[in-house]
Amino acid sequence: MIRLENLTKTFKTPSGTVTAADNVTMEVPSGEICILLGPSGCGKTTALKMINRLIPPTSGQIFINGEDTSRLNDIELRRKIGYVIQQIGLFPNMTIEENICVVPRLLGWDMKKARTRASELLDLVGLDPNQFLRRYPKELSGGQQQRVGVIRALAADPPVMLMDEPFGAIDPINREIIQDEFLKMQAELKKTIMFVSHDIDEAVKMGDKIAIFRAGKIEQYDSPDRILAHPANPFVADFVGADRTLKRLRLVTAEDVVDAEAPVIARQGKVADAAAMLQASGHRIAVVIDADHRPVGYLTADEIEGARGSVAELAHPLPATVPVRADLRAVVSEMFAHDTMWLACVDDNGRFVGTVTQPAVTRALGATYRRADAA
Amino acid sequence: MRSIPTLPAWLVPAAAFALGIWITSAGLIDRIAEYWEDIVFLSQQHMVLVAASGGSAILIGIPVGIWLSRPSMERRAETVMQIFNIGTTIPTLAVIALSMTVLGIGFAPAFFGLFVASLLPIVRNTYAGLLAVPSHLKEAATGMGMTGAQILWRVELPNALYVIFSGVRTALAINVGTTPLAFLIGGGGLGELIFTGIDLMDTGMLLAGAIPTALLAVFVDFLTGQGQLRLIPKGVNPLR
Repeated sequence: MIRLENLTKTFKTPSGTVTAADNVTMEVPSGEICILLGPSGCGKTTALKMINRLIPPTSGQIFINGEDTSRLNDIELRRKIGYVIQQIGLFPNMTIEENICVVPRLLGWDMKKARTRASELLDLVGLDPNQFLRRYPKELSGGQQQRVGVIRALAADPPVMLMDEPFGAIDPINREIIQDEFLKMQAELKKTIMFVSHDIDEAVKMGDKIAIFRAGKIEQYDSPDRILAHPANPFVADFVGADRTLKRLRLVTAEDVVDAEAPVIARQGKVADAAAMLQASGHRIAVVIDADHRPVGYLTADEIEGARGSVAELAHPLPATVPVRADLRAVVSEMFAHDTMWLACVDDNGRFVGTVTQPAVTRALGATYRRADAA
Repeated sequence: MRSIPTLPAWLVPAAAFALGIWITSAGLIDRIAEYWEDIVFLSQQHMVLVAASGGSAILIGIPVGIWLSRPSMERRAETVMQIFNIGTTIPTLAVIALSMTVLGIGFAPAFFGLFVASLLPIVRNTYAGLLAVPSHLKEAATGMGMTGAQILWRVELPNALYVIFSGVRTALAINVGTTPLAFLIGGGGLGELIFTGIDLMDTGMLLAGAIPTALLAVFVDFLTGQGQLRLIPKGVNPLR
């Protein structure tokens, strides 16, 4: 847990006093990622760097797991906190092993233990230790360097990590990959993380909570969905963008809106049975499945009314299927691509789970507003 | 980049070969050989001067460069560097002459003059090299909990080492090249054969001084070049 209380930073400049952070009070619960988000110069980086005292606070208190950090000296404090910066900051004079072992060695671990730890961590991010331990940073690609930068911060297993735009310097494709890897790692490691970003999409993807900063103050501190659905003021609304509801599509997976009751009919079945089933359930569409429960086609209620014959003859092929774990943005994108109002969802084994319809997606996104109206 | 430090190594035998043909054909080899004892004695003197003044310049110059690069010196460092710059603007011969007026003749003024001439490139490169270490490396090191001394030894100096080494190489090249002037103020060295040879228009004597001086300069540069290639960690060495 990281708790900031009335954290304030003022700088004296020739043109007067500048307040970079103004009474910032917030708490990041253990195991969560909190994104500090805002335009340049909004104080988010200042707030972050006050936690490991790269910038000394003017006033206010910082607690890590309930402990007032002002009792620790700078060096002790920093060795307990993982720190990742945008420029990565791997030391070019050291091998990857030496880079990862910096903090463990500072803490007095023996060589062997530190080396084992370095190998473990490289494995964790999919870099072969035999190949990479002895290399120098300049022999790695940007994405590989960034991964090493992150695991270096994790080396001494700190409970808390500070990340200053850690994925800012990577190309968009690698950034997505590293973000996904990082989330997978975090699901296991459960570190308490403060993460500075200026990218709303990154914030929505990575954050359990988002704090939006302006001129040193927190404008809103909330879950990504709340920030997008209920921006506290026009500044936040503006910052998250006019398409903020579309961004919420990323926060919901197909699983959350899937209609598991959607009628299914075996390929060998009779059309008459399908028609009866549709009439009984009130659905307009029946999904045709094969012997392994995989969706292979569909029938519509209108076409099969009064028709005879086998399902296989009348079935239309499915335009596409989506994995049930996909987020709604991917699902809606597929719907638009195939000009369809619904799609069949499949699980990891390709078995039919249910259907997702456009009205269901709209309903899911709108639910939060209806609750707000009712309240 | 690899071929640069090997250039002198290739040049030495070629130059020596050409020189050898000329010297032999002119019958100079015997006349140079007459001075063999002087060559040995004066070479030693020469090398002692180079080693003492160059070594002291390294021992003093690097700490001064480090000291000037500390954040606490930020405001004064440029002023100090300007003073050092003026120091180099003065020709080495003038420095040697000036140091003679204060320290008299002999080893001491020669040593001092050469020391001053070698100091600036070392201080300048150490200072500039340390300032050129990217600030994000220092930020990362600080953020990881290194102390100031640990940052200096483990991050700043290793990353500035190539530039510092270049300064030492330049300084020693200047030093070796200037040492013959030491003779003018009674400091001895191979300058004795060169200048006396010029005065007496004795080519044999002149070459007996000039050839070892040239070989020594090439040798010292080769040595520092090899040092630069081999002593600097691979990750920060543009030569490998």
